[in-house]
Amino acid sequence: MIRDVDDLYRGIILEHCKRPRNFRVPQRANRRACGENPLCGDHIDVYVCLERGVIRDIGFAGVSCAVARASASLMTEAVMGRDAAGGRTLLRKFEQMVGTSGIDPDPELGELHAFADVRAFPSRIQCALLPWDALSSVLLESPG
Amino acid sequence: MNTLYLEGNLAVDAETLVAGWRDEFPILSIRVRGQPLVYLDNAATTQKPRAVIDAVSRFYARDNANVHRGVHALSQRATDSFEAARARVQNFLHAATPAEIIFVRGATEAINLVAQSFARPLLVAGDEILVSAMEHHSNIVPWQQVCRQTGAVLKVVPINEAGEFVFSEYERLLGPRTRLVAVTHVSNALGSVTDIGRITALARARGVPVLVDGAQAIAHVPVDVRALDCDFYVFSGHKCFGPTGIGVLYGKRERLEAMPPWQAGGDMVRTVSFEATDYMPIPHRFEAGTPDISGAIGLGVALDFISAIGLPAIALHETRLLELASAGIERIPGIRIIGTAKRKAGILSFVMDGVHAHDVGSILDRAAIAIRTGHHCAMPAMQHFGLPGGTARASFAFYNTVEEVERFVDGVRQVYEIFQ
Repeated sequence: MIRDVDDLYRGIILEHCKRPRNFRVPQRANRRACGENPLCGDHIDVYVCLERGVIRDIGFAGVSCAVARASASLMTEAVMGRDAAGGRTLLRKFEQMVGTSGIDPDPELGELHAFADVRAFPSRIQCALLPWDALSSVLLESPG
Repeated sequence: MNTLYLEGNLAVDAETLVAGWRDEFPILSIRVRGQPLVYLDNAATTQKPRAVIDAVSRFYARDNANVHRGVHALSQRATDSFEAARARVQNFLHAATPAEIIFVRGATEAINLVAQSFARPLLVAGDEILVSAMEHHSNIVPWQQVCRQTGAVLKVVPINEAGEFVFSEYERLLGPRTRLVAVTHVSNALGSVTDIGRITALARARGVPVLVDGAQAIAHVPVDVRALDCDFYVFSGHKCFGPTGIGVLYGKRERLEAMPPWQAGGDMVRTVSFEATDYMPIPHRFEAGTPDISGAIGLGVALDFISAIGLPAIALHETRLLELASAGIERIPGIRIIGTAKRKAGILSFVMDGVHAHDVGSILDRAAIAIRTGHHCAMPAMQHFGLPGGTARASFAFYNTVEEVERFVDGVRQVYEIFQ
């Protein structure tokens, strides 16, 4: 699936950048991890309420570029309600999509497909992965 | 009406003149993402004219041999070309003798050489090195390292809100324990041009040597090391249209002669036995091992190229581009220019309200406009302006055109429209 590189700053990514979902600290959060890019000072804190291995609630805070912010917003929507194993599966599929050119993104990624466009900007791949890195450390700590 | 630049006694149409300079750079006619490249990242590295590319290629095709060694014809040709390049650098900097020109890998290596060979033997605990708040990391970290090694202290001359060196603070900080001042000639992140003559005069009055980081100045500002009266001047070849991997340390003869070798090996020794080694005189004492011969030759050609155009014409054109670009983006809502010194070289650092510098860079890249985004290896300067994420930076060279500036301004306006 080849998309126009212009799409990176149109449509869903721009929409989630301007109106990020779950841009908040969930009251019941019991896990927190930070994704940081020391090169640009960007950092995204991901807060998770994990109960019996299930992501009951998730939110994020921090300062970042549009790509990282939209990625965090879409990520929170995509993993909400999943169990830790399901979250890790999605993480793996997302990493595979942004890191590999010429493959069709897994259908499970849904709206996260939009980030396939980041492959046209290799230096920005780490921006898309920033919130996922934080989520990854949260989920690694959790069995299941 | 087009601006006219004076060339000799002839008034030449500026666009025609720039088009002629531009033609000498093969890369400037390539297309990126299907559009003509607009290269505005000259502060990171400059493009190379055909003359430089050909000189490097010709050296390998016809003259390649090692220098200062062989009796055979090629070795002599290589040595002659290498030493002729040194003389070209000497002339360009107005140094007193070619012995004051040391070939190194770049400005970074030159500063490390001075830190380890000049500063380290001199410093004792409590001594001070003065730098400014707008230095590139390469003019900070080598000094931090030598401070750790000796117990000396790094002191920082602040900059004001315009990004200018604060002389009153400099005079206050220049004290009895100051052993060296290391400052940039032109700030890579802000474009500020520092009054080096004033810095060296104040230092000289207290017997303090001065190192000038000329990496951003060399292609844009006339440099006369004797008029500046600096002890050391460093720059990189790739920032003045020469090859990467070659750079220059200029040092006053009496300074260099008093310094021990930095790296040891072949080419820097006169006689070697296992009991004692006798070092070569300057400059060879500081050039251990086989140097970047083709790089030095290419650098010499690059400096000739600059001289042929003339730094006054270059400065005139780049100032015009800077003014047009600054005025153009200032009309876009939410733009703030970072670095508003009275004297600026062709560097335009800016931020846009609510938009990250990386997004500005990626959107311009989509339009084949190359700029730099981030902290520009000057994190303390970015902190000073409260911008840990850095800025977007367009930096100009003489081959940039008014049309390219217009495309750049349009691109920035598009960024605004996307995020509005």
